[in-house]
Amino acid sequence: MTAGTLFGLCAAALIGLGLFGLIVNPHPLRKILAFNVVGSGVFLLFGAIAYRGAGAGMGGDPVPQALLITGIVVAFSATALAVALLLRLFDETGSVTLASEPPAPAGKDPGAD
Amino acid sequence: MNDVLNLVLAAVILGLAAWTIVAREAYAAVVGFIAYGLLLTLVWVQLHGVDVALTEAAIGGGLTGALLIGAAARLRSTEARARAERPGQATRWLAAAFSAAVTGALAVVVLLLPVPAPTLAPEVVAHIAVTGVGNPITAVLLAFRAMDTLLEAIVLLFALIGVWSLAPDRAWGGRPGLLQPVDPNGMLAYAARVLPPIGIVAGAYIFWVGADHPGGKFQGATLLAAMWLLVMMAGLADAPPTSRAWLRWLLVAGPLAFIGIGVVGAVHAGAFLAYPEGFAKPLILVIEFALMPTLTLILGLMLLGAPRRGETS
Repeated sequence: MTAGTLFGLCAAALIGLGLFGLIVNPHPLRKILAFNVVGSGVFLLFGAIAYRGAGAGMGGDPVPQALLITGIVVAFSATALAVALLLRLFDETGSVTLASEPPAPAGKDPGAD
Repeated sequence: MNDVLNLVLAAVILGLAAWTIVAREAYAAVVGFIAYGLLLTLVWVQLHGVDVALTEAAIGGGLTGALLIGAAARLRSTEARARAERPGQATRWLAAAFSAAVTGALAVVVLLLPVPAPTLAPEVVAHIAVTGVGNPITAVLLAFRAMDTLLEAIVLLFALIGVWSLAPDRAWGGRPGLLQPVDPNGMLAYAARVLPPIGIVAGAYIFWVGADHPGGKFQGATLLAAMWLLVMMAGLADAPPTSRAWLRWLLVAGPLAFIGIGVVGAVHAGAFLAYPEGFAKPLILVIEFALMPTLTLILGLMLLGAPRRGETS
């Protein structure tokens, strides 16, 4: 099996693992983590495809590799925004539950700032 | 030998990813995720993507890991409650079946990829001489697909604006992060005095060498941002208030210079972001130099999060 196929299959498994965590884990921070696992799986799949495109003296197709760098940076900015949202929710309500009807924490009005 | 290494790498990565998903404590999960990111770096080297490996190590593992570990420490008290909200067995089985189906479908796609693989590598080799840079990745990022890189810089800026807008009203325009009491003679303060000179030289080198070899502005900017964060964490410097004009100008300088050069291209070379003949290399350098401080500041500030205290405190 070539490295491209091996890591392509590994990427498919990573995407599945991440999806499972995204659905099953109720804590939003764990969902962000799981989403990052899905993301890195997608990147790895794309990287395996770039590796198959080796040619003209290059070890991999440079166009998808450059897009991957862009993708990794954008994924970081999305994660930072998600974490900031989560921390603000925590500062406001003292809880980070995604349940549809969170019981209001004692002594604090969730809507007030 | 290489096959064995690849198999072991794939197995360990899958194990760490599974740990990240199932670990009981979020903190432990994040530590697993950081190790996972660092091992992914090795995978990128095996897949001949050294530039991607550097980015993954700096941003995917390093910055994302630091961001998540800070969040996990602050949110520790919320975990017990979240555990009580775990979905029932039926949902878990459905989720597992769905995830397995997605993995299966993707695996079939991987095994059925066309042979020979389509590639743009010959195109890049044929046209790289025009750009004057020697690293094909840099040529793609700043010449052939410069629009992607411009939009990426703007996405980063918008994400930072999004993070800042989460500041409570009383902290708007204030300093991000918390001022931590740090021992001025402690190990952290010592590291924050000794490491930055080395880190800054390494960051500048990675930035400069990116024209012809693996490296570039994102990886270099991440290293510089890490040094800045280290100095701030050690209490040797405070984060700047987000209302400062110089800070805001530096944040938009990179994208503005990029757009300006794009408009020059529209006038003189016939298309937005096209470089006039013979000017490709100098213009690429101008863009890189303009983006470098912007990226360093954005990456560092994004890690600090929304402003949480006033300008003076």
